[in-house]
Amino acid sequence: MAEHNKRIPMQHVVGFVLSIALTLLATWAALGSNLSTTWIISGIMILAVIQAGIQLFMFMHVVEFKSQNGHVPWNMMFHGAVLAAIIVAGSLFVMSFGFTHDHDGDDHQQHEQQEDDGQEQHDEGEHEGH
Amino acid sequence: MQLDEFFVTGEPLIYAGMVSIALVSAAILFILTYFKKWGWLWREWLTTVDHKKIGVMYILSALAMLFRGGADALMMRTQLAFPNMNFLNAQHYDEIFTTHGTVMIIFMAMPFLIGLMNVVVPLQIGARDVAFPYLNALSFWSFLFGAMLFNISFVIGGSPDAGWTSYTPLAGAAMSPGPGQNFYLMGLQLSGIGTLATGINFMVTILKMRAPGMKMFQMPIFTWSTLITSFIIVFAFPILTVALALMTLDRVFGAQFFTLTGEGMPMMWANLFWMWGHPEVYIVILPAFGIFSEVIATFARKQLFGYKAMVWAIILIAGLSFLVWVHHFFTMGAGAFVNSVFSISTMLIAVPTGVKIFNWLGTLYKSRINNTVAMMWSLAFIPSFVIGGVTGVMLGMASADYQFHNSYFLVAHFHYVLIAGTVFACFSGLVFWYPKMFGHKLNERLGKWSFWFFVIGFHVCFFPQYFAGLDGMPRRVFTIIPEWMPLNIISSVGAFGMGIGFAIFVFTVVYSYRYSEREKTGDSWDDGRTLEWATPTPVPFYNFATVPHINSMDAYVKLKEEGKTTFDEDKLEPIHMPSNTGQPFIMMAFLFVASFGVVFEWMWMAIAGLIAGVVMMVIRSFDYDEGFHVEIDEIKRTERSTRGL
Ligand code: HEM
Ligand SMILES: [Cu+2]
Repeated sequence: MAEHNKRIPMQHVVGFVLSIALTLLATWAALGSNLSTTWIISGIMILAVIQAGIQLFMFMHVVEFKSQNGHVPWNMMFHGAVLAAIIVAGSLFVMSFGFTHDHDGDDHQQHEQQEDDGQEQHDEGEHEGH
Repeated sequence: MQLDEFFVTGEPLIYAGMVSIALVSAAILFILTYFKKWGWLWREWLTTVDHKKIGVMYILSALAMLFRGGADALMMRTQLAFPNMNFLNAQHYDEIFTTHGTVMIIFMAMPFLIGLMNVVVPLQIGARDVAFPYLNALSFWSFLFGAMLFNISFVIGGSPDAGWTSYTPLAGAAMSPGPGQNFYLMGLQLSGIGTLATGINFMVTILKMRAPGMKMFQMPIFTWSTLITSFIIVFAFPILTVALALMTLDRVFGAQFFTLTGEGMPMMWANLFWMWGHPEVYIVILPAFGIFSEVIATFARKQLFGYKAMVWAIILIAGLSFLVWVHHFFTMGAGAFVNSVFSISTMLIAVPTGVKIFNWLGTLYKSRINNTVAMMWSLAFIPSFVIGGVTGVMLGMASADYQFHNSYFLVAHFHYVLIAGTVFACFSGLVFWYPKMFGHKLNERLGKWSFWFFVIGFHVCFFPQYFAGLDGMPRRVFTIIPEWMPLNIISSVGAFGMGIGFAIFVFTVVYSYRYSEREKTGDSWDDGRTLEWATPTPVPFYNFATVPHINSMDAYVKLKEEGKTTFDEDKLEPIHMPSNTGQPFIMMAFLFVASFGVVFEWMWMAIAGLIAGVVMMVIRSFDYDEGFHVEIDEIKRTERSTRGL
C-alpha cells in the first residue's frame, strides 16, 4: 500500500461514531421515550434511511468511483434491494395467515377473521390460528 | 452458580467425555512442550495468513468435527437399534441429535468446503493469496472458536436440545432455561462472522485477482461454484445473524420477538431461519458440484461437457434458492395459495440440477475413465444424489409433504443429498488435492476399502429410512415401536459400516504419511487441467513466481500442449507478500470469552471480552504493516529446487 494511507481515516471514524449514535438514538426511542407508537416507528424508519446513507457514502465507496477505475456498484445495490424486498415482502406474504394475538377471542371470532381474509380454509381444519 | 451446575453431572457417558477431553488436552500440551513445538505452532500455524495453511487447518478441524458428529450419530443409531437397553434417555437423545445436526452442517460441511476453497481457488486463478489474507485468518479463528464454544457445551453447562433448527417457542427462555440454547446462539454467531468474511473475501479474490487474461467464462468450474457460493453467503448469512441476535435478545435480555407472550411471533423464527437455511443447504452443495465437475473432467480426461450450461445452472440454482424457503414449513398453515407458490418454485430447482446431472453424464460418455479413488467418490455421487433429488421433489409437493414432513422420509432425503453430495465431495476433493497439500498421495488400495465401506454403509443406513418414514416413523424420537424395528436395525448396521469406512480413511492418512512415495512433479495425476497443477509440489508460499497470461479454458492443458510452464525466469520480479500476524487469533479469543460470558449471562465477562475485542479492532485499524518483498534470488533458489531445474 502507498504512503498516503498513513493517516487517521477521519471519514471512517466520523461515520462509525455517527452510526453508533443513530443506533443509540433508535434504542432510546423504542425503550426510553414517551413518544406514541406511530412516532416511534416512523422515527426509527427515518433513522434507518439516514443510517443506510451513512453506510453507503462513508464506508461503501459509492462516491469513490471517480478516483478508482471502477464505477458505482449499482449492480450490487440492486441485488441488495431485491434481497431486502424478498425478505420483507416474502415474510408478509408467508406470515399473514390469520395469526392473531387475541388470546381471549373464541373460535367463532377466529373463523370469521379468516373468512374475511377471503381464503378457503375449510379443508384445513381447526389447527389454524393458534 | 455452583460448580456442579457449571459442569454437567450424572451421566456416565459425559464423565467419559470429560475424562477423554482432559487426557487428550494433557497429551497435546505434553507433546508440544516435550518436543519444544510451541514456537513452531505459533509461527507456522497460529499466526499464518497463507491461504494454503489456513485451508489445511480448516480441513483438519472439519475432520475432527466429522468425527464428533459421527460419534453422536453412532450413539443415536445404537439407541434406536436397542431401544430397550436404556443407552440414552430422551433428554440425552435430544441433546445428541441437536449437536449432531448443528456440528455436521455448520462446523463440518461448510468448513470442509471452505478449506478446500482456500487451498485450491487462489491456485486455480493464478493468484498469490486471497484478496484479504488477514481477514482470511480472522475467518478461520472465528470459525474455530465458535466451534469450540459449541462443542464444550456437553460438559459445561449442558447441550442445547431444541434441534439444529432451534424452533421457538421451544428454544425460548420460558421452555429452555439455562445456558444450553445460548451455546447454540453464540456458537453460530461467532463462527458466522468468519463465514460472512469468507464470502466477501472469495468474492473479491475471484472478481479481482485472476491471472491476466483469464475471462470469467474461462475460470475453472470449482472457482465458479465458489464465486456463486460466496454470493449466497453474503446474501444469506446476515439473515441468520439478525435472527440469532433477536433470539439472543429474547433469551438473555427479556425481549419478546419469538415468545408466546408479549405479542411475540414464534413462527417468525421458522420463517427467518429457513430464509437463511435453504440458501445454506446450497452453500454446502454448490462447491460440492464444483468439486465433482473438476474430478470427473480430470479422470474422464475430457473437457467438462456443457461448461456454460453448468455455470448458468449454478447461477439459476443460487437465485432460486432464495425463493423456496417455505417448503420447510408447509404444515405451518400458511394456506393453500402460499404453499402452492413455494411448491412450484421448489420443483423448479430440480430443473437446473437435472441439467448438471446430464452434463456430468455427458462428460463421462465415451471417455477413458481413470478409476482412482477420487473418481470413485464422484461416480458414486451421481446415482445416489439422484435418489436424494427425486425424493426432494416428492417432499416439495406441498400436499404430499403433509404426510412426509418430520418423518424418517425427510431424514433419508437430506442425508441422501448431504452425504452423497457434500460428504462424498469432501472425500473426493480431499483425495484429489491431497498431493498438492501434503506432497504425497493417499494410498489407493486402502482408499478403495474405505470408499466401499462408506458408500455401501451409507445406502444400507439411509435407504431403509425412506420406508421407515412411509411406515410413519417420526424423526427425533428416542424410542420406537416393534413394527419399525427391522428397518432400524438394518439402518444401524449401515451406520457402523460408515464408521468403519471413516476409520479406514483415518488409517489411510497415517499409513500414507509414512509409506507413500513423495511427489516429484506438480501434476500429480498427470491429467491435471487447471492452474493448480501447474505449480510445483510443495507449492512455494508465494504460489506463482511468474503469473502466466491465460487465454483459454483449462489453462494447464493448453500450457502442456505448448510445452510451456508458468515459470519464466526472465520475468522475475520481487514478490510482495503479507506478513504473519497473531492479531486475528487474539481478537477471536477475546470474542470467544465475550460469547462465553453471554452464554452464562455473566455480563461483566461479556463486556470485558467485547471491549478487548474492540481494542484489537482499533489496533488493526491503525496497523500499517505493509508486508514484505521476496527477493529475486530467493525466488530463483526456491523454483530451481522445487522444479528440479
Ligand atoms: C432437487 C432438489 C431438492 C428439493 C426439491 C428439496 C426439497 C426439500 C423439501 C421440500 C424439504 C422439506 C421437507 C419437510 O420438512 O417435510 C427438504 C428438506 C431438507 N433438505 Fe432438501 N431438497 C433438495 C435438495 C437438497 C440439497 C441439495 C440439500 C443439501 C445439500 C438439501 C438439504 C435438506 C435438508 C438439510 C433438509 C431438512 C431440514 C430439516 O428439517 O432439518 N436438500 N428438502
Ligand atoms: Cu430447502
